[in-house]
Amino acid sequence: MGAEGKKNGLTDDIKLSCRNVWKVYGDNPDQFFTNRQGDIGDQASHARSIRETDHIVAAADVSFDVHVGEIFVIMGLSGSGKSTIVRCLSRLVEPTAGEIILDGEDLLKASDTELIDIRRHKMGMVFQSFGLLPHLNVIDNIAFPLKLQGIGEAERRERAERVIDLVGLQGRESSFPRQLSGGQQQRVGIARSLAVGPELWFLDEPFSALDPLIRRQMQDEFLRIQQMLHKSIVFITHDFLEALRIADRMAIMRDGAVVQIGRPVDLIMNPADDYVRDFTQDVPWERILTAADIAEPTTGSIEGMGRISGDTSVEALLPYMASHEAGVVVESGDGSVLGVATAHGVVSALASGVIEQATVQE
Amino acid sequence: MPFTLDRRLFHWFGVIAVTLISLAVQDDVTWLKTYPEALVIPLSEWLNIFMNWTVEVFGWFFRGIAWLLEWPVKGVQWILHTLPWSVTIFLSCVVAYAASGWRLMAFTFAATIYMVVFGYWDESMNSVSLVAISVPMAITVGFAFGVWGFYSDRAERIIMPSLDLLQTVPAFAYLLPILLLFGFGTTVGLIASLLYSFPPMVRNTIVGLRGVSVEVVESGLMSGATPTQLFWQVRVPTASKQILLGVNQATMASLSMVIVASIIGGTADIGWEVLSTMRKAQFGESILAGIVIALIAMILDRVTAGLAVRNDDYDPEARTLIQRHRYWVIAGVGAVVIFLLAQVISILNDWPRGMEINPARGMNDALTYVIVNFREEIETIKKIAFFFIMLPTKIGLQNAVSPYTWGFELTLVHTVGYTMLMIAAAGWATLRWGKEIGIAVLLVAIFAYFGLTNMPWPALVLLCTVGGWKLGGPGLGVGTFLGLMFLVITGVWPQAILSVYVCGIAVVISFLFGTSVGIWAAHNDRVSAFVRPINDTLQTMPLFVILIPFVMIFKIGEFTALLAIIAYAFVPAIRYAEHGLRNLPGDVLEAATAMGCTTRQLLWQVKMPLALPVMMLGLNQTIMYGIAMLVIAALVGTNGLGQRVYIGLGDGDFGIGIIAGLGMAIIAMIADRMTQAWSKKRQEALGISA
Repeated sequence: MGAEGKKNGLTDDIKLSCRNVWKVYGDNPDQFFTNRQGDIGDQASHARSIRETDHIVAAADVSFDVHVGEIFVIMGLSGSGKSTIVRCLSRLVEPTAGEIILDGEDLLKASDTELIDIRRHKMGMVFQSFGLLPHLNVIDNIAFPLKLQGIGEAERRERAERVIDLVGLQGRESSFPRQLSGGQQQRVGIARSLAVGPELWFLDEPFSALDPLIRRQMQDEFLRIQQMLHKSIVFITHDFLEALRIADRMAIMRDGAVVQIGRPVDLIMNPADDYVRDFTQDVPWERILTAADIAEPTTGSIEGMGRISGDTSVEALLPYMASHEAGVVVESGDGSVLGVATAHGVVSALASGVIEQATVQE
Repeated sequence: MPFTLDRRLFHWFGVIAVTLISLAVQDDVTWLKTYPEALVIPLSEWLNIFMNWTVEVFGWFFRGIAWLLEWPVKGVQWILHTLPWSVTIFLSCVVAYAASGWRLMAFTFAATIYMVVFGYWDESMNSVSLVAISVPMAITVGFAFGVWGFYSDRAERIIMPSLDLLQTVPAFAYLLPILLLFGFGTTVGLIASLLYSFPPMVRNTIVGLRGVSVEVVESGLMSGATPTQLFWQVRVPTASKQILLGVNQATMASLSMVIVASIIGGTADIGWEVLSTMRKAQFGESILAGIVIALIAMILDRVTAGLAVRNDDYDPEARTLIQRHRYWVIAGVGAVVIFLLAQVISILNDWPRGMEINPARGMNDALTYVIVNFREEIETIKKIAFFFIMLPTKIGLQNAVSPYTWGFELTLVHTVGYTMLMIAAAGWATLRWGKEIGIAVLLVAIFAYFGLTNMPWPALVLLCTVGGWKLGGPGLGVGTFLGLMFLVITGVWPQAILSVYVCGIAVVISFLFGTSVGIWAAHNDRVSAFVRPINDTLQTMPLFVILIPFVMIFKIGEFTALLAIIAYAFVPAIRYAEHGLRNLPGDVLEAATAMGCTTRQLLWQVKMPLALPVMMLGLNQTIMYGIAMLVIAALVGTNGLGQRVYIGLGDGDFGIGIIAGLGMAIIAMIADRMTQAWSKKRQEALGISA
């Protein structure tokens, strides 16, 4: 995997930026910050001292950027602060300190009316338990955000029908949420969040409440929709494999703080600490890693060796390498040589994820 | 089990010791027996002075309100009396159909026709018009308070206990202040009914709004809802089922209060019809009118409940205006047509007197026949209950056992034998079920011997305080103590004990009987299907309709009151027992069955302990129902606080009535908190929620 921007026409323009965001719960959270300034030198020790005063630190100095058209995944176990952060991004939860920059402007300075306007036009959100209104049928649920804007019924229906097609709910327009399966309900949730055509799309554990098989299917559909719409996405999950599947870049959170940010492969190849490495244990490495990831600089002649594209998965390469000890030349998309992939390279890549080493008598 | 004297037990032995000592010396130390007259605070006089002052100074204000409120009532009455009965019945049927379907419509039709044919139409409409005005007011007021309580924790802390008080103070107790303030007239019933019916609306509004999930609210916010939109388009519709349940409960409360308020008289409504015929001992007439009340109650209940559970399924095909509003169209067109028809066919307008059916005379004859021919049996039942249950509880075995009642004289031998037997029973209970049960057996034995009314008040106050403290912590202990001391120092303690005596027996019998039926129903679907409609009917029945059959057969007296209370209070015991047993965790039952439990073992060793917390809530409700009925039952002869409430009402003595009412509320609240605390404790111990 080469430069960023491989998928979906990702660019380097920043859509949303989360800078030194803190969220502290308790009697008087403001006492720990001057002027809502979140840029505090030693994040860890500050969080510790706050916790000693019976306050709860849900988010500690969280910073990251979401680029235009990017799927940014925040992954963490329950209680790690990932849901708090996504709510800070939409100001469902008011951050205690820090800045949230949306299209170059500080969201935290927006007035209530401005905020409502931003939510009406720029943001969409999908919830873990769907958050559908039980008294409205599918089409009215989807058109609800449009109704709040005062858009007339005919236009509402037309725009809602469009997203209904997108999520594949044709024919269920007049069903009520209680008559739908979990997967279908979440499709309604997705359609509703897209109805206003937001640029920024928040998904808070959207598939966690679904069966594994449906979950997989919904992930595929989610990726398909994103192929078409190119939204800037913040996606929350506690499922590492789900994160790997869909993320362009991802952040791992623990105890309110970000442990590591990077492309999935960066996290796998160079885990920041044992906490991250723990997650990588169950990862099907050979499927995640590509030839480019394990390519080593060429040392000798590459004449007469086989050639392969850099985004080929290691899994597909294994049979070839088993019979070709010298390995294979890895090319990038434009034909330039990235290096040589060898069986040794595969083994060392795999070895980087090993925590418990066997003691070998030498 | 080695017998160690731990601290918990020590307290209980202290209670028993104090009880025995005060029993022993109460003949010499008279203040133990009766609280000295001189120390009674003349609270009722103070209250009367205050009330007189209020009426004098602010009377014009309240009378003004009464005058204003009279208009809408009169308006509705005028409409209901002017409209031909056929139109009203037709509209009721349309509403019933829209709420729940054909079956309810058929029932509504039959029930309303009954009112016409039996000649109770005008009286019924008078009652309905009061309900029709009070319910919308109760809903508006209740909703407003509910919303306030939802948004403000501080408001909720004030609102909730006030609601408790409004709902536990017997309705009769605040009829009088309303009468004094607002003056005689229809408004008294209206205001009383408003005060009584808005609390359930408040509760359900708060519960409903609280129950809206965070994600639904967040999804509303993310859809860009303004605060107003969020409230009216997200929170309220999502909570609508619970809120409509509040409407249902408010309607039922309102009707029952409208009926109760007719005791003041002056309103030619259906409640008055029942009451006046009952006073004249006209069995047939009062039961016929009573049935009307029950029918109105059932229709209102089913319609409002039907609206609450109705799934207003949106039909995408119904695009035209007429299709969407078809009920309105049918109602409008039908009403006009029938109205016009009624102008031509006079029977549709006014049901002729001559065609009214009146089987009352036949019913009265039948009753007389029964009473005359079964006098022996009736007397025997009464005697057995009186000699062997009521009298011993009231004045104790030491006074109740005599040659006349039990057939032998109570001698020293008997007393010693009883003591030994009871100590043995307590010992056995301790070994079998634990020390607390053993203590309970001892206490019951002491009570049974000396009688409830002979127990010195300090001993009872101490017992209840310690009980409250053990069950619910220091707060409940202090609360119990203060509440009981209020009864003591205002001088209503003896009446309170009489109330507890009647109600206590009724509750014990209701609970045992109801729970047994509930257990049966939980294991037998046919029994369950048989019992459910009976329960539903008894619960929607306005309280004093239940009195009628018992008064007719057993005449006026404590025994009749007892039966009436039992007839009303056993319903929750059945419901909760069945509910508790039917909703046990399935895996536990499967595990027990897999271990080889017999059916009997499964019931007693697995199901009952697990269902016990829910059954305790049933006991709680049984007590609440019992106390509610106690006041009504005072109409037919009890001597407790309920009677004092009537005396207050009859003599226009505000102080006496309100203190007795507060006294009942105090007893109800103490019993409520104790049983709730106990149930909660058991639930936590079992790690389950009811």
